[in-house]
Amino acid sequence: MAEAHKSEFSNPLVNWIDTRLPIFTMMQKEYGTFPTPKNFNYFWNFGALATVSLVIMIVTGIFLAMNYQPNAQLAFDSVQHIMRDVNYGWLIRYIHQNGASMFFITVYIHIFRGMYYGSYKSPRELLWMLGVVILLLMMATAFMGYVLPWGQMSYWGATVITNLFSAFPIVGKPIVTFLWGGYSVSNPTLNRFFSLHYLLPFVLVGVVFLHVAALHVVGSNNPLGIDVKSPQDTVPFHPYYTVKDSVGLCVFFLVYAILVFFAPNFLGDVNNFIPANPLQTPADIVPEWYLLPYYAILRSVPNKLLGVCMMFGSILILFVLPWLDTSKVRSARFRPIYRQIIWVWLAAVIVLGVCGAHKPEGIWVVLARIGTLYYFLHFLVILPILGKLERPLPLPESISRPVIVGGGPMPSGATAKPMEKA
Amino acid sequence: MGIMRSSLVAIALTALAAPALAQEEAPTPPSQHWSFQGPFGSLDLASAQRGFQVYSEVCSVCHSLEYLHYRDLRGIGLSADQIKAIAASVTVPQGLDDNGDPKEGPATPADQFKVPYPLPNPLQIGVTHTNEKADRAAHNGALPPDLTLIVNARENGPNYVYAVLTGYADAPASFKLMEGMNYNKFFPGHQIAMPQPLHDDQVTYADGTKATVEQMSHDVVTFLAWAANPEMVQRKQMGWRWVLFFLVMAGLTYAVKRKVWADVH
Ligand code: HEC
Ligand code: HEM
Repeated sequence: MAEAHKSEFSNPLVNWIDTRLPIFTMMQKEYGTFPTPKNFNYFWNFGALATVSLVIMIVTGIFLAMNYQPNAQLAFDSVQHIMRDVNYGWLIRYIHQNGASMFFITVYIHIFRGMYYGSYKSPRELLWMLGVVILLLMMATAFMGYVLPWGQMSYWGATVITNLFSAFPIVGKPIVTFLWGGYSVSNPTLNRFFSLHYLLPFVLVGVVFLHVAALHVVGSNNPLGIDVKSPQDTVPFHPYYTVKDSVGLCVFFLVYAILVFFAPNFLGDVNNFIPANPLQTPADIVPEWYLLPYYAILRSVPNKLLGVCMMFGSILILFVLPWLDTSKVRSARFRPIYRQIIWVWLAAVIVLGVCGAHKPEGIWVVLARIGTLYYFLHFLVILPILGKLERPLPLPESISRPVIVGGGPMPSGATAKPMEKA
Repeated sequence: MGIMRSSLVAIALTALAAPALAQEEAPTPPSQHWSFQGPFGSLDLASAQRGFQVYSEVCSVCHSLEYLHYRDLRGIGLSADQIKAIAASVTVPQGLDDNGDPKEGPATPADQFKVPYPLPNPLQIGVTHTNEKADRAAHNGALPPDLTLIVNARENGPNYVYAVLTGYADAPASFKLMEGMNYNKFFPGHQIAMPQPLHDDQVTYADGTKATVEQMSHDVVTFLAWAANPEMVQRKQMGWRWVLFFLVMAGLTYAVKRKVWADVH
């Protein structure tokens, strides 16, 4: 027998398996003893929360699919059947429906955390780019999922979004017909959206795996944005971060439960309680809240093709963020100007979101245009220039021996404390 | 900090601009008090039962409740025997008899609520339902919508439906009302094809409650809110248990976390 992996586990069964397939060793290495910076704040919970969200979506989705009918004649009724006649069907559906919102808010906070602490910078560029792929896949999945209940907003949302592709010259119209599987959003469209809505979450699992694998190669960033220098800077993942993630998970479930049990339709659109009707267009067609900022960007541009390009561009630009930001300093904590303008960027995104919920008229057009302009200005102009002009504050020597302005070692852990919301 | 303040101002501005847009539509329906409101809200069963009576005697002539079965009426506190009797009083199609002719008979609790006109399926584009034509003709081209989900399908649903039911009035002199349409203060555009459905003392309540238009509207909306969300009472009860559970768990895990982290500097 070739040189086998020698397992350290004492349980004979575990040892037997581990010698042949070292999954226990791997789990131990990646989630047990895994050295993790000891100065994480609660923003570092959101990756774990996003993973949990994905699992919840898949589990509830599979149970929904057992009773759902992906057929234009039956889809709306089958969802009502789930809500009324299937045992705890309402609970499963409300968890799935609101789970999409919880997933997005979690991932948005997770992304903002990365932007604030410069987690996208070298050597984590690829890790970040895999994250952007995850965001795109999530958006595609959620968009197609929203079509499935086949309400008015499902139908018209699908019509508007798929129609965007018609903006491309020559290939546009054939692409749209191809997407629809016909000459309008109809039964074939619903069928393929269901098929893809079932598939993409599993593709997501794969990309999430790569995302985490890349993370475990380069290691986590931390609120100081400096590299781990010695074992004193880290703690083993378990029990330190398993317990800290658990705290976040409880709070996450608390918010989730409040949504599901007390305001299950708060984030939904009343029009989706009306069955899809191709002959009657709703007064205003709006996507779910998590897609509103992109929708506002789309509608803020008078030219359709340009609008479509800017909408997709607003996400694609994130792929090159590691190179647009020219500052070598990661954490906003040591970047006096970046630390302020990152909030302006966030405000612009929120304003865009509010604009997306309103008809593009009057003040909403003006605000959406300002928001769009600022969004791109931030990435394309401010970040490249700021990295060159800004004078960063002195960086601490290490995570366990931080140095404040003026030099001199501080009692260890002193700067880690203020961010530590615990 | 200055920059942060200016971004907050931007958000505030956005929020301020919101009411300006809402004005062109019908006035906001006044808020009523509803038994099912809020996290502690439950269902006023007596009111829901009276509302069922109003639906059966008045609205059911024109409006369906597609997604309800007679058995579901347990949710408004009716007994199995009451439900059997209610179902039996309704005649529904029951397939074909031995000669191949359509057969009718009393409904059972397992049956769906009887539909006044077989409803056209909006998905069958191009297939004009014979009944849809008759139906539209009878109502000035407007179809009475199914009411099962109506409370969820309108913004501010319960108050809105109540406002429409009680919002009939004489059209102002300047208002051009189309032939056969009715003026309503709260219906968007103020012209509604539905004639005023409720009038004082239109039904006789067994419990002696006076059947004013307001009372009947309130009752029928309570019934329709139940029809739209039959799981509501159970959902909120369950919700409290889970919320308390996660609160306690959050506290416990936080305490453990403090302990685990106590030695890290
Ligand atoms: C004579 C037939 C008739 C009766 C009886 C009737 N309705 Fe209607 N109803 C209609 C028609 C027709 C419409 C469509 C109105 C329109 O779109 O202009 C309608 C519309 C409605 C709407 C929707 C308004 C909207 O926002 O689109 C509600 C709610 C409603 N009815 C409730 C009731 C209730 C509750 C009752 C019983 C108290 C009732 N109706 C009795 C014919 C009727
Ligand atoms: C990334 C994970 C997922 C996301 C973000 C997501 C999102 C959504 C959304 C937004 C809806 C519409 C809910 C509504 O408004 O009613 C939906 C519906 C649905 N989803 Fe998913 N989903 C995910 C995974 C899955 C999986 C793995 C399945 C398994 C088959 C699934 C099956 C369904 C079904 C059957 C419906 C239609 C029933 C309904 O509308 O409630 N989903 N999904």
